[in-house]
Amino acid sequence: MSEPVLQIVDVEVTYGGVPAVRGVSLTADAGEIVGLIGPNGAGKSTTLHAVMGLVPLRGGEVALEGRSLRGKTPEAIARGGVALVPEGRRLFGELTVEENLRLGLAGRRETSGNGGDLVDVYELFPVLEEFRDRPAGVLSGGQQQQLAIARALVARPSVLLLDEPSLGLAPTVVDLVFSTLATIRDRGLAVVLVEQRAQRTVALADRTHVLANGELRLTLTPDDAGDTDRMIAAYFS
Amino acid sequence: MSTPVASGLADFFGDAVDLQVQVDAIGLGAIFALMAVGIGLVFGVLRLVNFAYGQLIMAGGFALAFASERGWSVGVGIALCFAVVIVLSLAMERAVFRPLRTQSPAVMLTATFAVSFLLQSIALLWFGPLGKTAASLAELNRPVTVGGVEIRKIAIVAIATAAVCLVLLVLLLNRTSIGLHMRAAAMDFQTARLLGVRANFVSAAAVLIAGALAAVVAVLLTVQFPTVTPTFALRETIVVLAGVVVGGMTRLLSATLGGFAIGYVSGLLGGALPTEQSQYLPTFLFGLVILVLLLRPEGLFTRGGRAVERV
Repeated sequence: MSEPVLQIVDVEVTYGGVPAVRGVSLTADAGEIVGLIGPNGAGKSTTLHAVMGLVPLRGGEVALEGRSLRGKTPEAIARGGVALVPEGRRLFGELTVEENLRLGLAGRRETSGNGGDLVDVYELFPVLEEFRDRPAGVLSGGQQQQLAIARALVARPSVLLLDEPSLGLAPTVVDLVFSTLATIRDRGLAVVLVEQRAQRTVALADRTHVLANGELRLTLTPDDAGDTDRMIAAYFS
Repeated sequence: MSTPVASGLADFFGDAVDLQVQVDAIGLGAIFALMAVGIGLVFGVLRLVNFAYGQLIMAGGFALAFASERGWSVGVGIALCFAVVIVLSLAMERAVFRPLRTQSPAVMLTATFAVSFLLQSIALLWFGPLGKTAASLAELNRPVTVGGVEIRKIAIVAIATAAVCLVLLVLLLNRTSIGLHMRAAAMDFQTARLLGVRANFVSAAAVLIAGALAAVVAVLLTVQFPTVTPTFALRETIVVLAGVVVGGMTRLLSATLGGFAIGYVSGLLGGALPTEQSQYLPTFLFGLVILVLLLRPEGLFTRGGRAVERV
């Protein structure tokens, strides 16, 4: 019995004494998408930030492949194999598409290779290869989101965290993002997806946790995707 | 009554267009541009205005003087200068900048003031107020004749050296991964770290490059001002800081141009003002600085709109 790739156990985070995440536990294994949904301020982003070492853990434990990430710097965690696609994408708008992608190489664990190896992300996102020399800032919203995901994948992480990747995107582009996530899962990554689009997330993810007021309230499976009443009840519980 | 003013102005402009004055002014502009790069690079990555930058140059000056007084060769003196300045830069980064990285800009600026005066005091204790003489490269003050005009060798050396340094820096920033990491860190340090860019490494690299530039400046400045005292390069640092702000602090290019511009104007005023009026130079210079800041507070060389990239 091997351990899950990502283990979050009883994590607690406070902001200035106010609890933001209260004892959240979840796991994500290779080839799995784990959804995290819930109202604004529920603690979804904070949970991801706690994994990345952006906020200190007040309690609990985060482990990658059995090794604790507690107290490590964000760059050490990134180099250890966890990649975050942050909310709002946080691209370097003045740098070219390719420079943004090359920054993703900073998190790659293998020291081998000459650093020019972007072939697999260009295969997954052909539009990025086409626009490789353009500044990232001039791309459309959907292209920027593809770039943000691609930049995280360049590091060849074992865990991919996404913070509301569909935010502000046109419906057809949302379809593209969700189908890309399915592809990424099939490549054997452990994916944690924070989303506002509850129904689509529940349908896609292997299991989806509903977070409210800093606590896990409910876990849903794809079979629950049609059960709107249950989801609404969990949101407002 | 207007005649003396008119003839004075005519003299001024006559001198200002003089090739010798021009080359000297460009030479000084080149040195100031290097200092502006050193200050701008560290500001870009660490958001820290390093007031102690001049004391790095001062330390380099003392290293050159130390070597020169013992009759060591020029090469050994320059090597010692680089070693002293780079070690001191990295020590500053490790002991002061890094622990204060998350503090407010006011705290960091005050800390660099403290470092600056600490280093001046140490120099005062070690070398005394009269300072030491760095004379190994004095030969470069001799003129060469180019097309009938006498030009000091140091002006040519300064321009060439600055050009080489700037080209190397541009290549480093644009063609290497550490350069890319530095540019990204200057734009959004947190996101850069999330991608695996090592904060400590990037900040040390910026300080190291700035230190190497300070060593270059120390070599160039001691040729023109061979007497190295504890306040060596202090005035120049203040002028360059003004130039960096005038040019536009938020971008390395505009900061560099600002440094060059203030050095050039400074050299021009110094060369063209009659000798008995040269004490008015800082008055003219800082009067111009205030004027530019009033007219273009965002910086003389920044483009419209928001400046995002800082390196």
